[in-house]
Amino acid sequence: MNTLPARLRRHLAALRALLVFTVICGVLYPLAVTAVARAPGLRHKADGSRVSADGRGVGSALIGQRFTDVRGNPLGQYFQSRPSAAGDGYDPAASGASNLGPEDVVDSLPDPALARAGEPDPDARQSLLTQICARSKAIGAREGVDGSRPYCTGGGVGAVLSVIGPRDARGAVVRPTRVVSVNEACPATPFLATYRGVRVECRTPGEDVGAGRIIPVRGGAPTRPAVPSDAVTASASGLDPHISPAYARLQAGRVARARGVGVDRVHALIDRHTTRRTLGFMGEPAVNVLQLNTDLDRTAPYRG
Amino acid sequence: MGSTTAGIVFIGSLLLALAAVHVPLGDYMYRVYSSPRHSRVERALYKVMGVDPEGEQTWGVYARSVLAFSLVSVLVLYGLQRLQGVLPYSLGLDGVEDQVAWNTAVSFVTNTNWQAYSGESTMGYLTQMAGLAVQNFVSAAVGMSVAVALVRGFARTRTSELGNFWVDLTRGTLRILLPVAVVGAIVLVAGGVVQNFADPHTVTTIAGQRQAIPGGPVASQEVIKELGTNGGGFYNANSAHPFENPTAWTNWIEIFLLLLIASALPRTFGRIVGQKRQGYAIAAVMAVLAVIAVCATTAAQVVHHGTVPQAAGAAAEGTETRFGIVGSAMFAAATTLTSTGAVDSAHDSYTSLGGGILMVNMMLGEVAPGGVGSGLYGMLILAVIAVFVAGLMVGRTPEYLGKRIGAREIKFASLYFLVTPALVLVGTGVAMALPGPRASMLNGGPHGFSEVLYAFTSAAGNNGSAFAGLAAATWFYDVALGLAMLLGRFLPVVLVLGLAGSLARQAPVPASAGTLPTHRPLFVGMVVGVAVVLVALTFFPALALGPLAEGIR
Repeated sequence: MNTLPARLRRHLAALRALLVFTVICGVLYPLAVTAVARAPGLRHKADGSRVSADGRGVGSALIGQRFTDVRGNPLGQYFQSRPSAAGDGYDPAASGASNLGPEDVVDSLPDPALARAGEPDPDARQSLLTQICARSKAIGAREGVDGSRPYCTGGGVGAVLSVIGPRDARGAVVRPTRVVSVNEACPATPFLATYRGVRVECRTPGEDVGAGRIIPVRGGAPTRPAVPSDAVTASASGLDPHISPAYARLQAGRVARARGVGVDRVHALIDRHTTRRTLGFMGEPAVNVLQLNTDLDRTAPYRG
Repeated sequence: MGSTTAGIVFIGSLLLALAAVHVPLGDYMYRVYSSPRHSRVERALYKVMGVDPEGEQTWGVYARSVLAFSLVSVLVLYGLQRLQGVLPYSLGLDGVEDQVAWNTAVSFVTNTNWQAYSGESTMGYLTQMAGLAVQNFVSAAVGMSVAVALVRGFARTRTSELGNFWVDLTRGTLRILLPVAVVGAIVLVAGGVVQNFADPHTVTTIAGQRQAIPGGPVASQEVIKELGTNGGGFYNANSAHPFENPTAWTNWIEIFLLLLIASALPRTFGRIVGQKRQGYAIAAVMAVLAVIAVCATTAAQVVHHGTVPQAAGAAAEGTETRFGIVGSAMFAAATTLTSTGAVDSAHDSYTSLGGGILMVNMMLGEVAPGGVGSGLYGMLILAVIAVFVAGLMVGRTPEYLGKRIGAREIKFASLYFLVTPALVLVGTGVAMALPGPRASMLNGGPHGFSEVLYAFTSAAGNNGSAFAGLAAATWFYDVALGLAMLLGRFLPVVLVLGLAGSLARQAPVPASAGTLPTHRPLFVGMVVGVAVVLVALTFFPALALGPLAEGIR
């Protein structure tokens, strides 16, 4: 052994050390933890906190689900989860977030030729702002409240202008020559008639608006919209099992009507499935949507 | 309790808990690395490894042992991923593509845990458990070993001996990381983290759709991912995934674990050099920087400036309901202040300034408190530079802990400091100059630039978190970020050990009236100042093109 060159001996020691740690940390340790996790009280959780209804497994209490029909329309008798960026929505094989930034406000509009042919345009993409505006408008209509938000048009897209014209040294447009509402495809009527005395135009699809200065327009919507923020934003995992108590209360009336029960009963169920802050200060109050919906099915079945 | 008060208590309780364990854990680690006794199990392991635990190593031998161990680790981990398809417990997944396997092997061995892959669809249970999680333990133990060797360099005199890498590695793994991991894993299971070897099972949901619920030995990996400041998630969504981090209190535990060892190491340092107050001074520098960074991140997120956050009514995009804004911002600050890189929210969707502060946290060199081991040695390098700058100002020979900071020492320290900025700025520059890598940006304009800048900062700093919109699974990014991780880890390690060797050789310089006291608030302020000024001078132009351009109108 000692006749080997020092370098080779060192690498052999390294390999043996790695094998030793692989056995200890890579095999024995996880097996030991798994064995302890088989103990009563832990086992249910180690297996993924499964939820059953009518004797069959319907999911995990920790993994959110879609409560929509096959075409993706929300089912009125169920509380709806948050938007999700995991695959087609709540796909645990593709957990993840939208990763869109805070100033992602300009849509890539679909090519009208493809749209007329009824085909999706692979290059078209809604900006995060438009996604939020569209969700807010749809939820407002569904729950019968005002779905308007700051920086959103009444039509449910981002209220954003491209202001084109000569610039000063700081980049501000001195005298606009053209103003385009970048997220409203022609022939739409823009959300604003004029901007600094210039008529606002709709955007011709394919038109590059990058030359202008991009100006989001706040509009007159309330700072605290009726539709809560968690209802219009996607979570980090795309599997968020919770909604805020505010979003749950917003949906209570619609769910109660669909199931033909009093709204008080639905409110009581919401309370039962609301987790308060741990020790009063950790995290935020949250309502578990799957548990709430399975409990509704059990105590107030839907007869649609 | 309102949201804001709850958030302040959340942050305060973490700081208090870390302060409470600072002394006992720091003292325990001091005993681990200083004790002359080997346990019977350890003796048996040394025999299997074929190493002599009593043999002291010079800095060169110590460094070559670190490099040999890491080289072997990269090769074995690469092979394990490539052979996944023919190994058991692989969920039927094929071998990992070669450039992804290279990137991942380097990433886990360098304690970075940058993930160019999506966990649930790429890595089988065996690769995760016997490959990735093993590196989570040993790469952390390597970082601690190097830090302890540097501290010995300060503590020892007229010697070339810095300890024995194999002993430090074994003790760090078995006596520090493993016991905490076992307890932590069981606590996490109690919170709902899964721990099983079942295949994903498909259910029919109450709305009649199919959903595949995943499984895996997650808790055992989750805990060491935080404790060892690694950060590589079992699933793609990392610590935002409800099976990795199911509740608000597991979130608290995970933040606590990722700060735990790095924040207690200054105490260990103080004990080894025989002056506890020097340890407190280093801990104070870390605490000042950390508190400023946590407050700034949280404030930016709570105020939620910017168009989309204002439209949404909160910086809620990419955050989980159960954690809330503060629980997410605190995790993000902690993961970038250490070299962890785990995430419980999507940093790409943070407010421009919030995301910018996360980058600054990493650019500080991840020293507040930093990665396990790497945080302490990074901070000691900054202290050496601060002593040098102070020495220049008053015209005296700089000295730190009774050691003269001469030409040789300051060369090691400045080269150490230059490695990360060089890798970040050159890497980002090259990526922006090439059309292919530019096309990987999800967002346009300054935010797209931030995605690339964040990626190279994260890789070179061995952090591993991402502005995840960047489509980094391309040949260019796999190779370039792999190189950034490799050089960003091992060049500093060699320079630190070189510095340690040169310090250990010196005879002690007796303290005189001209010696700058390095345990007083004045010195703490100087080190903070040096850290901030160096980062500002190096990175301000790059930050101005990204987060500042986006966030300031």
